[in-house]
Amino acid sequence: MAIAKKAFVWGLFAAGGTVTAFVFPVLIALFLIVALGIVPEGLRFENIYAFATNWVGKTALFIVISLSLWHAAHRLRVVFHDFGVRMDNAVANAVYLVALIGTVLTAFYLYKI
Amino acid sequence: MSRQPYVRPVSKTTWYMRNGRYRKYMLREVTCLLVGVYCFLTIWALAALAAGADTWNGFLASQQNTVMVVFHAFALVYFLIYQAFDWFKLAPKAMPVQLGEKKLPDRYIIIAHYVAWAFVSLFVFWLTGVI
Repeated sequence: MAIAKKAFVWGLFAAGGTVTAFVFPVLIALFLIVALGIVPEGLRFENIYAFATNWVGKTALFIVISLSLWHAAHRLRVVFHDFGVRMDNAVANAVYLVALIGTVLTAFYLYKI
Repeated sequence: MSRQPYVRPVSKTTWYMRNGRYRKYMLREVTCLLVGVYCFLTIWALAALAAGADTWNGFLASQQNTVMVVFHAFALVYFLIYQAFDWFKLAPKAMPVQLGEKKLPDRYIIIAHYVAWAFVSLFVFWLTGVI
């Protein structure tokens, strides 16, 4: 049971790490472009709304955000340990709960769009 | 005849400062905080998108300031160095490709990752109308 659980959590971590490595640089770059005062064509309301209404867009957004959240949660759990916090159960519950809340919020907002 | 093994004192909170490799490991591990920030920033964007055009435009306007420019620029460089490029470098260790008796050389796997990354980035830029 313990081994099965570990494989599951680690699988999410690895998948999420790959997703973040591939997608986050371009995601951060988009935020940077917007912050500089430029709104690209595809981020105008009609276009981004059309993208997020489409089930392909919804699926892509959900997979990227949820896997990245679980990746970050698992790594943050280890970071707490590395910084000398030894309450692993409490830390694990807290970080996985935040990842779960983020996943549910993502699904909820995508459902509403 | 009591045995008294020597236990080297190691700080639980600053152990990674003793060695360059450990420091690099910690610099990589804390990228998870950036991932968390951008996940929730994107969720905030989705909430604004679900609320309608006015809220979406308000969200975009709220992101357009110098503080965010500096933060995103720093985050982009940090993330590329300590997460993205590190992850590609580790890929052949995590997923070695066996070809019969031999293994595919590491550099091919790493190059394939860079090519795929460039493709994904260009595709997203194309999709959002940046290029």
